[in-house]
This record gives sequence, structure tokens and C-alpha cells, in this order.
Amino acid sequence: MQEEMIKRAKELLADGTVNRVLGWKKGEFAYDSTPAVFETAEELERDFVCDDFTQANLSKYLIKESRKEGKILAFLKPCDTYSFNQLLNEHRIIRENVYVIGIPGGPKLDVEKIKAKGISGIISVKNENFTLKIETLYGTETMPFYEAISEKCANCKSKKHVEYDELIGAEGDVLNSKRFDMVEQLENMTSQERYDFWQSELSKCIRCNACRNVCPACTCENCVFDNPKSGIDQKAAADSFEEKMFHIIRAFHVAGRCTDCGECTRVCPQNIPLHLLNRKFIKDINSLYGEYQAGADRTTKCPLTDYKEDDCEPSVVHERGVE
Amino acid sequence: MNNDTLIPLVGIITDVRQDTPDVKTFRVNALDGGKVFEHMPGQCAMLSIPGVGEAMFSITSSPTNKEYMEFSIKKCGCLTEWLHAMDVGQQITIRGPYGNYFPVETELKGKDLLFVAGGIGLAPLRSVINYVRDNRENYGDVQIVYGSRSKDDLVDYQEIIDEWMADDNIQVNLTIDNPQEGWDGHVGFVPNYVKELAPSINKTVLVCGPPIMIKFTLAGLKELGFTETQVYTTMELRMKCGVGKCGRCNIGNKYVCKDGPVFRYDELGALPDEY
Amino acid sequence: MLKIPAEKINDLFDRIAMQQTLYIPVDREDKAAEFKKYESGMTLSKALKTVRSAKDFFFPQTENLAEFKLSGKNIEVKDIRQENEDFVVFGVRACDAKSFEILDKVFLSDPVDTFYQNRREHGTIVTMACTRPEETCFCTTFGINPTVPGGDASVYFDGESYFFVPFTDKGKAFMASISDMLEEGDVSKLSEVQAKAREIMTRLPLANLTTDSFGGEKLMEHFNSEKWAELSEACIGCGTCTFVCPTCQCYDIRDFDTGNGIKRFRCWDSCMYSDFTKMAHGNPRTSQLERFRQRFMHKLVYFPANNNGEFGCVGCGRCLSKCPISMNIVKVMKALEDK
Repeated sequence: MQEEMIKRAKELLADGTVNRVLGWKKGEFAYDSTPAVFETAEELERDFVCDDFTQANLSKYLIKESRKEGKILAFLKPCDTYSFNQLLNEHRIIRENVYVIGIPGGPKLDVEKIKAKGISGIISVKNENFTLKIETLYGTETMPFYEAISEKCANCKSKKHVEYDELIGAEGDVLNSKRFDMVEQLENMTSQERYDFWQSELSKCIRCNACRNVCPACTCENCVFDNPKSGIDQKAAADSFEEKMFHIIRAFHVAGRCTDCGECTRVCPQNIPLHLLNRKFIKDINSLYGEYQAGADRTTKCPLTDYKEDDCEPSVVHERGVE
Repeated sequence: MNNDTLIPLVGIITDVRQDTPDVKTFRVNALDGGKVFEHMPGQCAMLSIPGVGEAMFSITSSPTNKEYMEFSIKKCGCLTEWLHAMDVGQQITIRGPYGNYFPVETELKGKDLLFVAGGIGLAPLRSVINYVRDNRENYGDVQIVYGSRSKDDLVDYQEIIDEWMADDNIQVNLTIDNPQEGWDGHVGFVPNYVKELAPSINKTVLVCGPPIMIKFTLAGLKELGFTETQVYTTMELRMKCGVGKCGRCNIGNKYVCKDGPVFRYDELGALPDEY
Repeated sequence: MLKIPAEKINDLFDRIAMQQTLYIPVDREDKAAEFKKYESGMTLSKALKTVRSAKDFFFPQTENLAEFKLSGKNIEVKDIRQENEDFVVFGVRACDAKSFEILDKVFLSDPVDTFYQNRREHGTIVTMACTRPEETCFCTTFGINPTVPGGDASVYFDGESYFFVPFTDKGKAFMASISDMLEEGDVSKLSEVQAKAREIMTRLPLANLTTDSFGGEKLMEHFNSEKWAELSEACIGCGTCTFVCPTCQCYDIRDFDTGNGIKRFRCWDSCMYSDFTKMAHGNPRTSQLERFRQRFMHKLVYFPANNNGEFGCVGCGRCLSKCPISMNIVKVMKALEDK
């Protein structure tokens, strides 16, 4: 796959279709690739990587990159194309300045899940028939491939690309994922249990803003939490209420626009399952307004920014809140 | 526990003077009269209205003034808007003094001095000018070139006319950017005026104003034959602590709050151009 | 050397916790480790590192500086500082222990930060020697020996027993308070464990990383490097690296209206944030390139320039594992170093 991608990228650079390539650059270790822009065939050959660990969603970089001179080639996984589409719908990306090659998605691996098994000193990770063979400083370890799958891939919603100029590899389908199972579990808790769950998770937050800054739906030029004139700009929570306020407000703000790309949870240094907040909104929108997937196409209006006569009434909030 | 510089003292506003449409000069005293603390010319203090914010301002009064401190503050942000709304009797918090100061007791002693200021940039220099006037015997010729957008934007204009221009021992050259009714003085930008005046290159220069003015003034001075070691300026960057710990006012490895705000131009030239 | 068998370590913790507050690294549900206030029955984590560094004990993410009562035109300043209680942090690694020396250079230099000083004076650091360094470790680059971790007292684990060695007066007092629970032990197995760890150190992927190309004298050369554009390209401008870093100490001061007066607090800040240097009338660092450059220049050039060549990094590797886009100080050093 990686070789095919490099070959195609070199062709598109050579024939002038694009002048840059957005992909992932090899890191120091087996798992630490960095999103990067490549300008030459040599750079691609030397540094380009696409493997089990290239999880990062590149769509958001296209806001900036599509405003530069010339056209850029972007390799997008199926889930990334939903973010891309959503950003197009929000007029954040200049489509004609991007050449999208859809590539197969995961399942990608999360090195944290390998480390959580007590495996440390990781030198290399190989997938041999869905068993990971991990060379470490302390000898060879093995673990099932599926136990190291990242959260976003474990609950993959779709293997279909919703926007692209060409594809490498076979196209997939929208999946019947179990992504709302955990949301249901939370819904079935008593309000006190649910409160305790979120209190315990969100109190881990260190307000690094990684979730916000990586989020393709968070594209405000000046976030309300950074704006001194908002009255709620904060660098740290002043109390336990503010601790939760940041995440809840953020979830509200991306509701209807969040494609469930899972980047928030991927980047959280404290492993807070932030995607569950967003999935709760998605699930509610589905049940209140009918099935809706942000970024699935370029025409369907988001129910939260559209009006229909049979829309649910605001009282639904109260009704659903009753235990 | 010992005092901590981050815990401020309280001062009281004892006079407010509207100097220009957007600059007010505030007189600050300790609650029991006198000054909250002593300082040297060019040093700064952190002023705050709790709940609104805290920011660094240069102390515009001279240390030779034994009765009070003064701050000339331009309205340009949230805190300064609040400060401008203050009346006499209002208390504020104050801590300092912070930073280094113009070397009035060392390098500048015995020298001919040229002050070049633009707009609110006069505020830090006013402290030195009045210090020099009060210790006149320690310094040679004193020349002040001060300019602003208009006549109304000349800060401390009354003091300049009443005291500085009346002082035979000082040469004052004022200029405004554009012609204006009721103004028969020089018209033109400060850097050009300095070149026209062609001051003796033996002078030591103290310059403060908008970055663009400083840049062109320096270029002009070089043309006249001045070297960078003859020129001092004072810098301003965002600050929180005032003591080189909060980490945001650095230019290279120098903290403006602690190693500055006063820099000699050759020192500044050895640092990255990030200010 | 005095030791306590592994099965009795919780008895020891119970004893310490009876005398003063004790913090130990424990595993969370998600298997990540963090320092927690010890409560009876907690298990000491086997993890090499906590997600958050131990700097929190002396420089917490938020702390109150002062309170103000406003009435009419009057302001009353309340000094709310209180003498800290004594506490013990157990299981601090060599990298974090070294970070305190770096933080000391900032907070204890004139004028002393009394908030930090107070905690420092009351905290006893009991370090733990590393036996299983990870691929992200590069503390040796900064002259740290993780098998001899320093602190007020050190603990060495040979797989069966914990051996104790005090260094400072505080460490000696700590040892005295638990001496009746310790027994003389044979260190032959410990020597083997130590030798093995030292051997692993030489095989770490980053073992050959040096600071040769960095320091105060490289200020203009590195500042003006063209590599910053590429290095900072993917940076999303979050504060993860800053907040997990044991030596990052930049802070903001903010006011909070409690409805019953104003609370002035300080909180961690990050030079990676867009508003870090923003003023009412401009910003000297307008793009992420400048903010990104600041963080690494500070650690590799500015800090050594101001502190006799000492670097502002301890090689703990937290930023290597936590950066959302896997850009970090190692990649920066490798890109900038003289080849």
C-alpha cells in the first residue's frame, strides 16, 4: 500500500497535477509518524510512511494547505473523508486546490494499548496473521492484533470514502458499527452513576486543548475559551464545574457537525473517552430527527441548522431528562 | 513567610490628568501618603484592578519626585479602558519596581544627552528627563526631540511648555506628523526631524516610541554617524510576573521584565528579531 | 544496605501515611499511572512513568496567589498563604528528580517564589531507581543516571526487596522515621539488577543523542534556522507537551470573581498557545512557527545561556509519547544538530 501511494504521489507531482503531498512522515520509533507535507519525490521516498500506526486525520490541515499556492494531494482514509466533506460543507477548504486519494482505512493500532499490556521498550511491531510480534528491549512479545486496535477503528462506522478524486485499494461499505453501545450503557446508568463516570473521567483533564485543536469541527478563528472578551476564557478550570464546562460546551458546539472521527480521544494525553460525549449527541440527533451522518454528503442539511415543521419541541429536553 | 512579589500592595489614585484624547496620567500614592515604593528612571510597575487584569506600565515620574508616582497610560485594551474610567480616590493594586533602568548614575553621567520620543513613548523618557533636570550638574547638553500625530497627541504638553521649554539648559524640538491649525512648530515625522536637526554625534541617545519610529530613527542616527553603543531604548512585551519567571516576555534568552526593559542597541542587535 | 521485603511495602506506606501525607504512583483503570495521595491498600504502580510529571507537587496546575475584597473605591489585599504541611513523594524517577533542580533555578532565584519554596521545603522526595527504561527515554543525554536517581532518599528494587539510601537531612529524617521497619539486606541481587539496567541504557534507541550542537552560544544560528518551518508544520498548537513536561514552568496569572471577592490564581500556561504573547496592540509571535521555536529554543539554547550550560530538558520522554502529532524535542534536536 505504502509503495503504491508513493508511486502515485510521485506521478502526480511529476505531471504537475499537484505541487505538494500531504501524508505522514516516519518517526523515531515504530509508531510515531507525524503529518507532513512532501514536495519532492526524494522526500517521499525517504520519509513517507503509511502503516498500522498512521492514525492521524489529515483533513484539518487542508484548511491551511488549500489556501496556499498550487494544488495539494491528500491521502484520506474513509473516516477522514467525512471530516473533509464536512469542512467543505462549512466552506473551510477550497476543494479545487486539493486532490484527494482515498486509501483504505484501518484498523489502525494504538501504541498505548500495547503499552497498557505492560509491554515496554518497543523497538518494532509486526502484524503476523493478526498476531502482533513486538520486538522490545526486553525480548520479543506477542499479543492479538485486535486488542491493540485504536478506539476509533474498533468502532468504525464506515469503510466507504464519501469524497475523493481517485481511490487506491478497494472501496468499502458503511458499516453497522456498535459505536453507540457504550452510549447506551451510559444512558442506562442512574444519573448519579453517570455523573460519577464523567466526574472521574473529566477530572483527569489537564486543559491542554489537544482535543479542541485537533478537532476538524473546531475551526473557529478565535475560540470562545481563548477570547478574553467572552468572560469564560480559561487556561485551567477554576473549579470542578469549569472542568466539565469546557468539554460539555465543546460537545454542544460540534453537535451535528462532528463526524465521529475519533481524533479527540486519540490525542487525549489522559485517555479521556471524549468521543462518548459526541456520540451521545449523534445518537440523540438520530433518534430525534432521523438518521443523520455529518459529512456523509454535500447536500443533506444538518437537522440542527435546518427547520422542519415536525421537528421535536424544545420540551424534549425536559421529557428525556426525567428518570 | 517572607513577602512575595506576586502579592501586590494597594495604592490610591490622587490625581488624574487627561493628557491627550486617549492618554491619561494617573498620580498614585500609598494609602498613608507618600510613594508606594522607590524606583529608578525607566523602571516599571504592575498595576491592576482585581477582577479586570494586571499589566506592566513604565513609571513616568522621576525618582526625584519624593511625593508620588505617575503613570501615563494610553487606552488600548480591556484593563486600560477600566483604568481610564477611574476617578481620584480609587484604589488600585501595585507591585514593583521591575526591571533595569537607564544608566543615569553610570554610563549617562557627564554625557550630552539626546532624547527622541514618539507619542506615548515619552512616558518612560519623561522619568529620565526630569531626573536629569533635577541633577542637571551631572550631565552635559540636553536635547529633546518629541513628536506625535498631532498637537493634541503630545503627552505632557503642558509640562513641556511650562517647564522644559522654559528651561534654558534644555533644547526642546517638537514636531507633529501633519500640519494643523494653531501649530506653528515643526511638521514632519520624528526620524526625519532628527536628521534635519543633525545633532552632534557625541551625544548619547535615549529613544522610545512606536517600533517603526524607533527603526527609522536608528537608521537616521547611523547615517549621521552614531554607533549602536550610543543608543538606548526601552522595550515592551506581554508580561505576567514581572520577575523573569512566567516565561513570556523574552527576546532570545533575555527577559524584558528583568533584564530589560532598557537595552542598549548593540545588546538588542545580538538578540533574535522577535519583538 | 537497609531494605524492606516487597510484600511489606504497604505496611511501610501505612506507616509513612500516619506521619505525613504520602503520594505514590498508582495505576488508573486505563493502566496509565499517576501520583495519588496514598490510602491504605493502594498498590504501587510498576509503570516507569506517570502521565503527569512530579512537578505538580511544587508547581501545581492552579494555585491561589491572593484574594481581594472590593468595596466602593477600596481594595483589601488578603495574603492567603499558609505554611504547607510536610509530605512525601515516593517513587519519583531520576528524570523528574532532576527537573526539580531546573525548576529551582527559576523559582528560587531572586526574587524567590514563596509559593514554590514553601512546598519545596516541606516535601521529601524519595526517588526510585529505574530498572526498565523505555524506548522513549533519553535522560542520559542530559547527564542523568537513572540507576542512581538522587532526591532526598533513594529506593532500589531488586525484584524482591526495596533498598533505601538517604542523601539529605530530610532523607535521613525520613529514614529514621521508618528505620524500625527496615532490616539489613544482601545487595548482590541488586547489583545484578543495576548492571542489567545500565546495560539496557546503552542499547536504548536514543542512547547516542547528544547536546553537543546546543547551548547559549548557538542562539542566533538555531533561531535563524530554516528548519523551523518544516518542524512546526504539523503542530496543532495544543499544550500537551508543555503540560506533561517536568520542566515547563511558564504560567499565567488570572483573576476569578467568586461572587464574594476576587481570587487571583496562577495556572500553567503554554508558549504553544496563540495568546501567550498577545498584547492589546500586537503580538511578537504571530504564527505557530514562532511559538514552536520558542519552546525548543528555551530548553536547548536560552535556558543553558542563562544557567551555566544546563539544559531545560531531562529526557523523560513524556512529550515523545503524548504529542498528538508525534513531534518532539528529539526530532527537533536531530534536525538541528550539526551533521
